[in-house]
Amino acid sequence: MKLSAKSSTLLVLVVLILLSPVLFPSGYYYRVGALIFVNAIAVTGIVILTGYAGQISLGHAGFAGIGAYACALAPVHLGLHPSLALVLGAAISAVLAWLVGRPILRLKGYYLGVATLGFGILISMILNNERQLTGGPDGMEVPDLGLRGLLRDAGLDLTNGQFWYFFCGIVLIAAAWLALNLFNSPTGRALRALHGSEVAARTVGVDVARLKLQAFVISAVYASVSGSLLALQNKFITPDVAGFMHSIEMVTMAVLGGVGSVLGAIFGAAVLTLLPQVLTVFAEYEQLVLGLVMMLVMIFLPQGLLPSILRKVRGKDE
Amino acid sequence: MQKTLTTTALATLLALGATAASAEIRIGASVSATGPAAFLGDPEAKTLEMLVEQINENGGINGEEIALTLYDDGGDPNKARTFATRLIEDDEVVAIIGGSTTGTSMSILSVAEDNEIPFISLAGAIEIIDPVKPFTFKTPHTDRMACQKIFEDMQKRQITTIGMISGTDGFGASMQAQCKDVVGEYGITVAADETYNPTDADMTTQLTKIRNTEGVQAVLNPGFGQGPSIVTRNYRQLAIDLPLYQSHGVASDGFIELAGAEAAEGVRLPGTALLIADQLPEGDPQKPVVDAYKTAFEEKTGTSVGTFGGYAHDAFLILTDAITRAGSAEPQAIRDAIETTSGLAGTTGVYTMSADNHLGLDLSAFRMLEIKGGEWTVVE
Repeated sequence: MKLSAKSSTLLVLVVLILLSPVLFPSGYYYRVGALIFVNAIAVTGIVILTGYAGQISLGHAGFAGIGAYACALAPVHLGLHPSLALVLGAAISAVLAWLVGRPILRLKGYYLGVATLGFGILISMILNNERQLTGGPDGMEVPDLGLRGLLRDAGLDLTNGQFWYFFCGIVLIAAAWLALNLFNSPTGRALRALHGSEVAARTVGVDVARLKLQAFVISAVYASVSGSLLALQNKFITPDVAGFMHSIEMVTMAVLGGVGSVLGAIFGAAVLTLLPQVLTVFAEYEQLVLGLVMMLVMIFLPQGLLPSILRKVRGKDE
Repeated sequence: MQKTLTTTALATLLALGATAASAEIRIGASVSATGPAAFLGDPEAKTLEMLVEQINENGGINGEEIALTLYDDGGDPNKARTFATRLIEDDEVVAIIGGSTTGTSMSILSVAEDNEIPFISLAGAIEIIDPVKPFTFKTPHTDRMACQKIFEDMQKRQITTIGMISGTDGFGASMQAQCKDVVGEYGITVAADETYNPTDADMTTQLTKIRNTEGVQAVLNPGFGQGPSIVTRNYRQLAIDLPLYQSHGVASDGFIELAGAEAAEGVRLPGTALLIADQLPEGDPQKPVVDAYKTAFEEKTGTSVGTFGGYAHDAFLILTDAITRAGSAEPQAIRDAIETTSGLAGTTGVYTMSADNHLGLDLSAFRMLEIKGGEWTVVE
C-alpha cells in the first residue's frame, strides 16, 4: 500500500517527535525540541501564506506578539484561564489580520513586504511603549498554564522540559495536519493556482482577494498560537517576540527548509533553532555562519534544503 | 579508519569525563556580549573570563579549579532561558551569573529557582530580588536607589521643582517610573516630564519645553547609551543654566568623551568607587579591590573599566567568597553562604546580604560625582 504524501508527512513527524527523546542525553534537549516545535508552528503558517498562496509577510512576529501578550495580559486583567487567553489571542490576531489584510493584500511584491513590515514594527512599538500595560522593554511575567500540575495529579509526572516538548509536539502535529488538509482541499488548489498566476486564477473564477485574505488570516493564527506557546513555556515575555528579527527568522526558516512543503519548513525551523546552540563556541561568528548558510542554500538549493535533498535521494528525473 | 576514529572519539570523551569528575567547580554564565545590550554584556564577559583565569592561576578555590561556561544570549530573554536550561541540565553548573538585562535575568531566574541553582543577576530592576526568591541574588544597585541618591543631593541644594527627560529604552523607562514613584518623599515635584527614543539624534525640542516650564530648578536624565550624551550637548547649546543630573547608566569615561568635557562640565551623577579609583583615600574598604580590578582589566583589555564590568566582578567575588566559606560547591550550600555574605567589599559597594535582602547594598554604595574639567570628582 502506498501512503499519500499527507499521511507519510504526518507519520514521519509523529515518529520523529516520539522517538527523538530516546537519544536525549539530558533535559536540556527537551527545551530545544520544544523551541523547534514552537518555531515550526509559526513557520507552517508561513508555508500556507508564502508557499501555498505566494504572498510574503515580514511582520508575522507582530501576531506572535499578540498571542504572547494575550497570555500574559488576559489572565491578569480579564481573569481568563491561560488556555482561553491563547484562544483569545488567536481570535484577536485573526480579526486584526482580516482588518489589516484587506487593504494591504492588494499590494504585491516589495510593497506587500514593506506594508507587513510596517505592521509588525507597529505592534512591537506598542508593546515597547505601553509600559503601564505591557511592562515595556523589561517585559512581564506570564501565569502558569496549569496543565502540568493536572497531569501530575492524574499520575503522569513530567519535568517542565518534557511537558512542553510533548505539548508543543502535539500542537505541531495538529497544525501540520490542518495545513496538509488545506493543501489538498479546493481552497488549497485555488491558493496554488493563485500562486502560479493571479490573472489565470481569476479568469477561471477564483476569488483572488478573498483567498489571499483567508491565507493571511490562517497564517496569523498560526503565528499567534506559536507566540502564546512561547510565552506560556517561558513564563516571561518581552517585546522581542514581536521584533523585526523574529519576523525575518520565521521567513528564513521557511525559505531555508523549503517554503512549499510543511515538512521542509519544519526542517528549516529545526536547523535554524539548533544552529545557534551548536555554534555557541563561535558565538561571535554566529551571524556570519547563518548568513553564509542562507546564501549557499539560496544559490545552490533554491527550493529549500529538504525538497532538494529528497529529489537527490529519489533521483533527478522525478 | 572509521573504527579508529570512533575509538579515538570515545577515548577523548572518556578522558574529558575523567577530568571533569576530578576537582573542578563548574560555574555558568549567560550575558549579552553581542546585540543591543552589548555595552553591558561585553565588559561583563571579559571580566568573568579574566577573573576565572586569575583565580585558577592562584590555585582555584579550596584546591579546586573553576571551569566557566559562558554563553552569549544577545539580550534575547528566550535565548537566555534556553542557555540557563543548558547550563543546568547539560553543563551541570553549580551556580549561574548573568542576565545583563532585566528581561534576560527574569528568564534565567525562573529556571534557576525551579532547579534550585544559585543565580546572581547583573541587571538593575528591583523585581529581580523583590519579593525575595530563595536562589536569586543581584549585584547592581536598583534604579530606585539611584533616584534616591540624586534626590538626596537635590534636597541638599534646596531644589524643589525639576524637569525630567528620559529615554524610552528599558533602562530609561524603568528609572523614570522609579524616580517618579519616589520623588514625593523628598518634597520635590516633577514639573516637566519628557521622553526621547534611544536612536534620536536631537533632543532640543524636549529640552526647550523643559526650559520653558515655570519653576524648574534642575533637570534629570535617566537613560543610557548615546542619548544622555546628546541631551548633555543640546543642554549646553541651549545654554540652559540649571544643574543637570545624569543616571548611573552613563557612569563611565565614555560618556565624557561622547558629550565632550566642555558640555559635561558640572554634570552630576551617582557613580561607584570604580570611577574614582585614584581618588579613594587609603583605608577605604573598597580601595584594594577597586585598584586590583582596574589595573588587571585595563592591562588585559586595553579599555577603561566601567560600572557594568564591575557588576560581574562583584557577582564573581560574592560567589567565590561563598564557595570558600561554605567549603563546598553544592548549590544549596553555596546559596546559604551567599545569603550570609557580610561586609564584603566589591567594586560597586560593600555587600551584606540577609534572608530578606538579596542585594546587600545601601545608598552609601553610590557616590555623588561631578564632572570637572573632564574628570570625575566626588561631591562632599
